Amino acid sequence: MDKVMSNKKIIALYVLPSLLLIMAIIYIPIVLTGYYGLMKWDGVSSMSFIGMENYASLMKDDAFWNSVYHSFLFAVLSTVSLAVYMIVALILAGNIKGAGLLRKIYLIPMLLSSVAIAQLWLKIYHPTNGILNSFLVSLGVEDPPAWLSDPKLVLYALFIPILWQYAGFYILIYYAALKNIPASLIEAARIDGANPWQIALRIKLPLVSEVVKVTIVLAVVGSLKYFDLIYVMTDGGPNGASEVMASYMYQKAFRGFDFGYGSAIGFFLLIICMVATWAIRKATASKDTIQYS
Amino acid sequence: MKKKWLSASMLLLALTLVLSACGGSKNSSDNGSTAAGGESASGGSGDKVTIKMMHLWPDGSNSAQNKLVKQIIGEYEQANPNVKIETEVLENEQYKNKLKVLSASNSLPDVGFTWAAGFLEPYVKGNMFAPLDDLLQGDLKDKFVAGTTEAYAVDGKTYALPVELNIVPVYYNKEIFAKYNLQPPKTYEEFKNIVKTLNDNKVTPIALGSKDAWTGSFWYMYLADRLGGPDVQDQAVASSTFSDPSLIQAAKEAQDLVKSNAFVKGFNGLSNDEAKSEFMNEKAAMYAMGTWEVPNYTTNPDIPQEFKDKIGFFKFPTIEGGKGNINDWVGGVGVGMFVSENSKVKEDAKKFVNFFVKRWGELSVVDAGIIPGTKVDTSSVKLPQMFIDVLNELNNASKVILYLDVQMKPGAAEEHYNLIQALLGNAITPEEFAKKQEEALKAGK
Repeated sequence: MDKVMSNKKIIALYVLPSLLLIMAIIYIPIVLTGYYGLMKWDGVSSMSFIGMENYASLMKDDAFWNSVYHSFLFAVLSTVSLAVYMIVALILAGNIKGAGLLRKIYLIPMLLSSVAIAQLWLKIYHPTNGILNSFLVSLGVEDPPAWLSDPKLVLYALFIPILWQYAGFYILIYYAALKNIPASLIEAARIDGANPWQIALRIKLPLVSEVVKVTIVLAVVGSLKYFDLIYVMTDGGPNGASEVMASYMYQKAFRGFDFGYGSAIGFFLLIICMVATWAIRKATASKDTIQYS
Repeated sequence: MKKKWLSASMLLLALTLVLSACGGSKNSSDNGSTAAGGESASGGSGDKVTIKMMHLWPDGSNSAQNKLVKQIIGEYEQANPNVKIETEVLENEQYKNKLKVLSASNSLPDVGFTWAAGFLEPYVKGNMFAPLDDLLQGDLKDKFVAGTTEAYAVDGKTYALPVELNIVPVYYNKEIFAKYNLQPPKTYEEFKNIVKTLNDNKVTPIALGSKDAWTGSFWYMYLADRLGGPDVQDQAVASSTFSDPSLIQAAKEAQDLVKSNAFVKGFNGLSNDEAKSEFMNEKAAMYAMGTWEVPNYTTNPDIPQEFKDKIGFFKFPTIEGGKGNINDWVGGVGVGMFVSENSKVKEDAKKFVNFFVKRWGELSVVDAGIIPGTKVDTSSVKLPQMFIDVLNELNNASKVILYLDVQMKPGAAEEHYNLIQALLGNAITPEEFAKKQEEALKAGK
């Protein structure tokens, strides 16, 4: 068996089917999207080549930059929230009672489909009958905000369920990484007189730093291309107040029948994501990897 | 050993290729046979034909239409045993989106429903819909209400046949009105007083869900019509100028309505369905919506009779000094049936559409409470009073102004939605509203 697997031809043979699939459904469409971005195309009739015109108008499109700003704001918030997840994971990994149960509870939102979460939160945010506003009214708030129709609030009102949706995922990753730290290291530190705070900050965090880097990339890229809850809950509205890059692309391409422009946005989004990933890797790169021994 | 593995994997790969090749050839031969079947069926033979159909009336929200579609399909399949109709049902917004996605990948269903004018145009330009003029010359000749099929015509050819004709009245809850001694308004001043009285008594005056911005557009359109007269909006779209003072004044009036708390709290974040449930649960006193809602107040068996008895409608009141007539209605043809140009069973699909539209015209008002695009003989059918009232209003209508978003091209309509939300959310001034709408119209997308 080992011999077979070291045969280059066989390796190529086995890799080929999935490679073809990935090419067909991911890389070729990316190239095509870049190509469509150079076209004037309504998605139905024939296209005509207009060069960089779509990108030129994209640069001048205030609504687009507004959505870029929203996406980046969200990326920053999700990155900051990683710190909270880390604290939760540290507590969970500290052998407290019921850690297993809590871990499962945190993970449940991750298992729900986005549309179900959206419907749930739509009910929570309902301006008159919603749980949140009913609660606020019972506390004596006279005029509770209309969460999803107030342009100043809607974006933050949407971020909360999205963060809630993915919290369990990151907590689980951190939990697993923390559990992976050999107990002997912690014990040694304890014998040397380190308090729990020092153990967490000086021993555990450096040891899981690689995982943290990966989750930062995941959180940033995931936020930049986020779409589902926003599409279902507000559809980018009112008047673009909760529009993010992906929902704006969808609106332009499928609602406004401007596939050329939509493709340009999509391609731009891809470039932004790649640059962001590269920048994060660069910024968090460390020369020496910390090891257990 | 090595050789054995190598040959085994080669065999596996070969098998995969053979299988996929099989799949491919099977598909193409299938296509071939259905195409052949289509031709021979129209020639009278009994080959199996499957017609794929997509419609937008799910059982839950539009049960009357849903049942009627099933019934007509059943009748057609019984009369033509060789034909099988497969349906796919999606809710309104999802339907619109899916239609676009399918057309982008050139896989529209054989038969489906489309909206008129601006919505239809890109599909026609993209060669997606088949012209149906031959059907209009057949036994459907002169069956349609005058001016309805024209809404689906591009360059003199008709690409869909209407199955719905709607106008937008303002429904109101008689019980709530009676409780506060209110009468349906004849003038806009009376209307504003009603809003004030209801607000003073902590009743939501109007249910509106302008997350679906077209519902907010109704209010703007009526204000624009009553101020600027029946032609001002049509002309604005046709000439791509949105600068008529009455259009700006209408935007201002709309914002004044919002400022007087006329609409339900958080309307810009509510979907039409959520707003509708405010009205159906009697938490709001008024609701402006197309006559497709009339079955909910008359025939729909799922809604309690005592609620139905409470609902009436009035015409949007006239504004003093405005040029609009009280008999101008916002409305127009709703969806029409199209046949896909690339359908493998085009002729069969056309035959089915012919049957469907005709049968729909005979059944829809009585069975489902839908006003069809075809003429209805009111004397021969027994109908609930509200329907007769609506049909009479339609007969007396001085003009039906086609929905602004339907009149506009998709890009401009999309901007119209955003602008309506911004206008009602007080995020822009009436002047900005008009200016941006004009820019969107001028962009020509």
